[in-house]
Amino acid sequence: MQETTWNGEPLKNGDPPRGYLEAKGFWAWAYTLDHKRIGVMYLYTTLFFFLAGGVFALLIRIKLMFPGQHIFTNQTYNVLFTMHGALMIFLFVIPAIPSGLGNFFIPLQIGARDVAFPRINLMSYWVFVAGIVVILFSLVRPMDTGWTFYTPYSARTAADVTTLSFGIFLIGMSSILTGLNFLVTIHKLRAPGMTWHRMPLFIWSMYATSIIQVLATPVVGITFLLLAMERVLGVGFFDPAKGGDPILFQHFFWFYSHPVVYVMILPAMGIISEIVPAFSRKPIFGYKAIAYSSMAIAVFGFFVWGHHMFVTGMSGTAAILFSLLTYSVAIPTAIKVFNWIATMYRGSITFESPMLYALTFIFLFVIGGLTGMYLGALGADIHVHDTYFIVAHFHYTMVGGTVMGLLAGLHYWFPKMTGRMLSEKMGRPAWLLIFIGFNVTFFTQFILGFEGMPRRYAEYPAQYQALNILSTVGSWILATGILIMFANFVRGLFRGALAPPNPWKALSLEWETGSPPATENFEEIPTVTDWPYGYAGRQT
Amino acid sequence: MKEHDSGTRTYIVVWGALVMLTVVTVAVSYVHLGMMNVFVALLIASAKASLVALFFMHLRYENRLVWGFALAPLFFLVLIVVGTLSDTLFR
Repeated sequence: MQETTWNGEPLKNGDPPRGYLEAKGFWAWAYTLDHKRIGVMYLYTTLFFFLAGGVFALLIRIKLMFPGQHIFTNQTYNVLFTMHGALMIFLFVIPAIPSGLGNFFIPLQIGARDVAFPRINLMSYWVFVAGIVVILFSLVRPMDTGWTFYTPYSARTAADVTTLSFGIFLIGMSSILTGLNFLVTIHKLRAPGMTWHRMPLFIWSMYATSIIQVLATPVVGITFLLLAMERVLGVGFFDPAKGGDPILFQHFFWFYSHPVVYVMILPAMGIISEIVPAFSRKPIFGYKAIAYSSMAIAVFGFFVWGHHMFVTGMSGTAAILFSLLTYSVAIPTAIKVFNWIATMYRGSITFESPMLYALTFIFLFVIGGLTGMYLGALGADIHVHDTYFIVAHFHYTMVGGTVMGLLAGLHYWFPKMTGRMLSEKMGRPAWLLIFIGFNVTFFTQFILGFEGMPRRYAEYPAQYQALNILSTVGSWILATGILIMFANFVRGLFRGALAPPNPWKALSLEWETGSPPATENFEEIPTVTDWPYGYAGRQT
Repeated sequence: MKEHDSGTRTYIVVWGALVMLTVVTVAVSYVHLGMMNVFVALLIASAKASLVALFFMHLRYENRLVWGFALAPLFFLVLIVVGTLSDTLFR
């Protein structure tokens, strides 16, 4: 690394231009209106909770190696799996891609200097932090309800449900502000010439995501308010003794929490739609089909919440209706998968880390999605409901899907965000360990579930022990891979080779500015004349 | 009501209408109509919300995109009510 110039500019003390990273110090970050800095702050925060939630998961797995009380009490176990779920869902999986990578790359990809409302953007981050602080306060009397807060237990337990749900209320508010900001940004700030059908597919998926964030999140906020009113004021919304209905809580909860799984997965699908053509050197196959299927998922996602409630005592009519509707979401999802595969067909595929994670996404998400079809079918669902089959299905979609999409995006955009390259020598073994570890951990849970092992319990019959030990060993392999990956990030930040503006020769606008980009993103706002997928590869 | 001409006068008329509707809501609550009480109260509340959105929030003078964003959530409101009723009515 002895360059004296970089992109034609002389290096200061041997360092490359730092772009938006130039200003240093706490206030330069805490008060920033720059969408890139806010995105980076979101990434650091969410990745911290990814690691924290991961530690909880490892503890849960260690406990589950042996049936019976040992290591820690069953109550501690209940708290651990509640915190694992709540932290991972609300502080990591939901915000990581939209608020982290979305904040950073939406303005860059549409050729804008910032989001539409930079101050609201900063406010959304600090509301998010306020939510985290409130959630930490709830640890005084830690929650043991599971991340779903089901009544009647959540209305009665001595654990601090009210504080935790208020924390999540704030997190939800932050999510709404971000979604609103992105909707306006995408409508109003696209560069000249960037028509709707010239937008990168990541933007389409973020648009669909934002719609869900804005429409669904208020419902969970109100639900938590009702729960708080029941706990604090004794109003009987969900208590049958006072004329309430505990299943009503689940209707409200899943009216948000089902669409929100698409808040988690849609941005990841957007990242895959960027990476697959770039690393296949081929135009994306079925651009409009992928774009519109994002919108279809966002809308259909609102129609299917009842499939979480087939065994709750919901009416048969509603169960049949929701089972039928659930299948409608499979169609746009399958459209995407087929189009990614068609894009790769006869492409010049290279296997750098971003592509490895993108392929892993497709492979694991198909397993997660297809097992979702088992669960959408009424009869099959009654057999496997509340077993480890659900746990495995959920982790195949959310870790195999969203987290792999996030890791693909982090590896893809790391050079753009930091100005430095990651090491492929560290990246590939990390990926391999993550891939193997994930499948050993969670595929065994499909089998456990099919054999009838119930989820959530700290105890289990001895017949399930062998597979549980296997699953725990898998979690260690997975954790090792994640640690190497993070070591690669840290190494890359300080010692990675300098990144050129466009290391992957990709065609969307973020690659036309420096790595890292200047604070104002572009010296001159670019004029767009074509879609971003005109790769020269063989047309089929 | 015509186009954007009226200004302050419109606001006062709309405010008067909102006060009137509030009085009607209170008055109707003293008349025993059974389940219809809830229905009438919701109807009046919806009318008031529409007035606020149309005039105080300027929806009346906005373009179709803004109308789309304003009306779309109503569809999802209907959805959560109908979906939940498909359970509770047939249980």
